Amino acid sequence: MTDQATDLTETRPGETVSLETHGMVTGYGEVNILHGVSVKVHESEMVAVIGPNGAGKSTLLRAVFGLLPARDGTVQLHGEDVTNRRPDQLVQKGLGYVPQVENVFPSLTIIENLEMGAFVRRSGMKERTEQVFRLFPDLAGRRGEVAGRLSGGQRQMLALARALMLDPTVLLLDEPSASLSPKMVGMIFDRIKEINQAGTAILLVEQNAKEALSICHRAYVLAMGENRLEGNAKELLVNEEVGRLYLGA
Amino acid sequence: MATVQAQPLTRAEQFRDYRRAAGVWMAGPGLWVIIGAFLVWAMIAERDGVVTGVVIGAVFALGAVGITLIFAILKFGHFAHGDTMMLSAYLGFMFLTGTIAGEQQSDLVTILPVSTSDLPGATTDIWNFSFGYGLLAAMGLSAIATALFLVILNHLVYAPLLRRGSSVVTLSIASLGLALMIRSAMLMLWGSDPRFYSPGIRQAVDLPFGVRVLYDQLFILAIAFVMAAFLYFFLYRTRLGKAMRATSDNADLARVSGIDTERIVRWMWIVAGVLVAVAGVMLGLQAQLKPELGFIILLPLFAAAVLGGVGSPHGALVGGLLIGIIQEVAVTSGIIEPGYKFSVALIVLILVLLVRPRGLFGERA
Repeated sequence: MTDQATDLTETRPGETVSLETHGMVTGYGEVNILHGVSVKVHESEMVAVIGPNGAGKSTLLRAVFGLLPARDGTVQLHGEDVTNRRPDQLVQKGLGYVPQVENVFPSLTIIENLEMGAFVRRSGMKERTEQVFRLFPDLAGRRGEVAGRLSGGQRQMLALARALMLDPTVLLLDEPSASLSPKMVGMIFDRIKEINQAGTAILLVEQNAKEALSICHRAYVLAMGENRLEGNAKELLVNEEVGRLYLGA
Repeated sequence: MATVQAQPLTRAEQFRDYRRAAGVWMAGPGLWVIIGAFLVWAMIAERDGVVTGVVIGAVFALGAVGITLIFAILKFGHFAHGDTMMLSAYLGFMFLTGTIAGEQQSDLVTILPVSTSDLPGATTDIWNFSFGYGLLAAMGLSAIATALFLVILNHLVYAPLLRRGSSVVTLSIASLGLALMIRSAMLMLWGSDPRFYSPGIRQAVDLPFGVRVLYDQLFILAIAFVMAAFLYFFLYRTRLGKAMRATSDNADLARVSGIDTERIVRWMWIVAGVLVAVAGVMLGLQAQLKPELGFIILLPLFAAAVLGGVGSPHGALVGGLLIGIIQEVAVTSGIIEPGYKFSVALIVLILVLLVRPRGLFGERA
């Protein structure tokens, strides 16, 4: 934990807001899952969204990314209103998204997966691929292999790598640690920190609240589709209500 | 402590065990072994059947690839594919001769101001084939028209249904309805009388090992091979083809990656249309054009796609060839009457679904 705490001082989030949702309402069918959720991510900032199961954390990311229609509220990316834009339009504006499951193309090779991640990119594919491979050296050696044969951790790495191909300014991560071994979780979080240190703002949805709070700058606690708490991640880590609500302390 | 007396297995239990073992074997290497053995036997005993089977199988293969691509990306069975193949054969006929049926269906009425046969030297036979370059031009025009037709069909029927979140059943039934409409349109436009591309004499050539084959059949094989090579190049070497495979793997993730999946779907219809049109004209070259043939051929097309593994393009190619061979060999060896030829595909379809539903190359069950 101590090394992670020192890491926090290395990245200093900027003052400008990169991504902001305001009063987001969305849901499936007749049912609303989110009842007006607002979150803010500053430039180069890493923000966690935690909360109990069914709090609407993943739904929030899907709505931000245009996969679920926002019934009310707005999404702003770098000051521009992008509410209910199509994912391919958002990708071109610098937003990246890694879904929790099924986040690689299983029958495509690693290199083809990365190519698809950069589908809207017209030039500089080779350079970017090599940069991404430097961040994930494990993948570089297996670039011709089919993604379906990778282990869970490697898939997660590939999913991150795919999203990085367009060099997004804001990255949405949906439970990157889900169903991974503790060792793998540590590795994935190290990579996420590196990505953030390189200047990418990150909105991280996590079940693994302690880990998430220890690497993020700020955090929001959602419950029942509403904002419950927000603040400095380290303070929330020791907050009694968070403990009672969520950490099981 | 209670003891349980060991008892010999009953007949029913023995049968059950044998059946399970056989099932495991078929799901593993079994089907391959059976197919291999069949092919070896057929090559020795029924060489002529194999040759004709490969030729008609090449036609099935190109059609089945379309079915498998559509299934891989849109997840429904395109029942209008057989009739689309026949329509493309008729479109080829129309571009070649410039005619459709008149009031009497035996009369042909010219509707196009110029046809590909009118081009200078277009009807002079190429090499030893029974047709000139006019037919090739007509095939190209038919491919363009068929691709356009499928894109329009997608725009008017399938895309709106998909946007509405319709189920697989709705889409399949819609395609079945379209199949009926296409067939009726063909009957109206060209009548039920059989049509031919060329009255030219079909020359045969003797190949080694006592194989006798028509030059036209060699042409069909060559074209099918070229189309398969193009398809491979497209799917595995081009950006668009890779995006198509990505969309078939996981359409949501493709969208998340910034791929405009609706555009991919349009391209999928274009590829399927070109392949099915080439197959249709090949079919017309091999046999005669009849509107009902489109529906009959749907069965071998689906059998080929299922045998190869639905969703697998190379599986569909192999499946098409195999269905063609099995069907022709079943007839030449006297196992089945020629009139029941197309039922062979149904038998294969049922067997594959029973013993190995994922097909030869399919990933998922």
